[in-house]
Amino acid sequence: MYNDKVMNEFKEPQNVGTMENPSGVGTIGNASCGDILKIFLKIDENDIITDAKFQTFGCAAAIATSSVATNMVIGKSIEEAQQITNKSVVDALGGLPSQKIHCSVLAEEAIQEAINDYLSKKSQA
Amino acid sequence: MRRIYLDNAATTYTYQEVVNEMLPYFTTDFGNASSQHSYGQKAAHAVDNAREIIADAINSKYNEIYFTSGGVEADNWAIKGVAYAHKDKGNHIITTKIEHPAIMKSCEYLSKQGFEITYLSVNKEGFIDLEELKNSIKDNTILVSIMTANNEIGSIQPLKEIGKICKENKVFFHTDAVQAMGVVDIDVKEMNIDLLSMSSHKFHGPKGIGALYIRNGVRLDRYMSGGEQERAMRAGTLNTPGIVGMGKAMEITLANKEKENKYIADIRDYFVNKVIGEVPYVIYNGPKENRLPNNANFSFQYIEGESMLLNLDLEGISASSGSACSSGSLMASHVLSAIGANEIDSQGTVRFTFSTKVTKEDVDYTVEVIKKSIKRLRQMSPLFNELKGEPEYV
Repeated sequence: MYNDKVMNEFKEPQNVGTMENPSGVGTIGNASCGDILKIFLKIDENDIITDAKFQTFGCAAAIATSSVATNMVIGKSIEEAQQITNKSVVDALGGLPSQKIHCSVLAEEAIQEAINDYLSKKSQA
Repeated sequence: MRRIYLDNAATTYTYQEVVNEMLPYFTTDFGNASSQHSYGQKAAHAVDNAREIIADAINSKYNEIYFTSGGVEADNWAIKGVAYAHKDKGNHIITTKIEHPAIMKSCEYLSKQGFEITYLSVNKEGFIDLEELKNSIKDNTILVSIMTANNEIGSIQPLKEIGKICKENKVFFHTDAVQAMGVVDIDVKEMNIDLLSMSSHKFHGPKGIGALYIRNGVRLDRYMSGGEQERAMRAGTLNTPGIVGMGKAMEITLANKEKENKYIADIRDYFVNKVIGEVPYVIYNGPKENRLPNNANFSFQYIEGESMLLNLDLEGISASSGSACSSGSLMASHVLSAIGANEIDSQGTVRFTFSTKVTKEDVDYTVEVIKKSIKRLRQMSPLFNELKGEPEYV
C-alpha cells in the first residue's frame, strides 16, 4: 500500500519527541477518528523555526507525514512555513494512497496551529 | 526472515493434497459437469462426491447443498432470496449487530426496498440474548440470520436454542457458518437450521468456492438466472476443480478436527497468556468460553492498529486490525462498538488467528516483536505520554 519513502519515514521517523518550553504547540485530530498529531515548534526572535518535534497517535501515513512535515519547517521563517500545503507534504513522500491523504491535511493543520499558538502568545507578551 | 502467518481468519493456505486432488480437473477431466458425454460425466461424478462430503459435514441431505462462488454469495442469496420469495407473508428480518458485511449490507439493501430489519444487540462477550430474539419476532417476521461464530472476536452463538425459537415461531433460520466449519459441530437437523453459508478457503480449500445449504422445502428466489445447474437454482458452469478442492479440504479437516483444534487452542492460549503477562495496557476482546479456538483479539492501548500491523509485517508476522485507519472505509470495527469497547482503545486492536503451522518459538518471537513495536509506538504517542510514568516491561 505504501511506497518505499513512506515506509522509510515510518521505520525511522525524524523529530519524534517533545520540547522544553516550546514556542508554539499545535494539536489536531481526535483519537476516535484514529489520528492525533501534536507538533512542537521552537521559534527564535527573528521568527525563524529552529526546531520542530512531533507526537502521533496514528497509522503509518500519519507518522510519515509528521516526520516529513517537521523536517520541512526546520530552518524556515514562519511566513515560509505557512506556505506549506498538504500537497507539498504528499509530494515530499512521493505520494500516498487516496484514503490516507487526510493524514497530510492533519500535518499541515497542526503546523498552522502551532504557528498561530506562537503568534497569539507573542502578541500577549 | 522467519515468516509467521497469524491471519487464518482472513484466509488459510490450501492443503497440498487438496491441490493435488484438484489438478486433473484442469487438464485431463476438464469436462463441463452438465455435459452428457463421458468428459462431463466424469466431472459430474467428482462433484457428486464432494457434495456428499459437504452434506455429511452438517448432517444435511446431498440435494440440499448448492455450490456458490463463496461465502459472500451464499449470504447474499440466503437473505435476498428468502426476502423476495416470502415478501407476501412478511417483510421483517432479524439479524445481529456483529454480522459479516455480506449480511449487514444485504440487509441494508433490503431496508431500502421496504423491508424492516432488527439488529439484535450483543453483550460484551459478543453473545446475543435469546429473550431479545424471542421478543423481536413479530407476525410479519420471515427470517432470522445469526452467524455461528464471529470472525473478529470468535464468539460462538447458541445455535440449538436459536433454532428452537425459530421453529416454534415458524420463521426461517439462516446461519453464516463461514468461520465455524470444521471447528464447531453443526447438525442442521438437530439445530433446526434452514439455511447455512460456508466458504472453502477458510478451511484450507481453494478460494472462489463456497456453498449454501437450503433445507428441502424452503422456498427462495433464484439468485443467478441462466442454465439449469444446481437443480435450476443457481446457474453457471460448475467450478469442478474448486468443488473437488472444497470437498477434499472438508474431508481432511473433519478427519483431523479434534487433534488440530486442540493444538490450535493450546498455542493460542499460550500466546494470549504471554501477551497479558508481558505487555502492559492491553485488553483481551471477546469471550473465554464458547470462542473459536484459533482466535485472539487484543486492543493495545494508546497506539493505533495499522502501525502495529506494519511493524509486525516488517518482522515477518501477518495479522489484521479493526482500526479505522486499516479499513478501506476508515470506519472502526462495528463488532467492537457492538460489544461496547472503548472507541479509542478499538483503534489499537489487532486480531491474531492461528493454525497448526504456528509453533511455540513463533509465538515467543511474535511476543518479542509486539513488545518492541508497542514500546516504539507508545513513545511517539501523545496519549501515552499523558500518562504518568513508564510501565515496567518484562
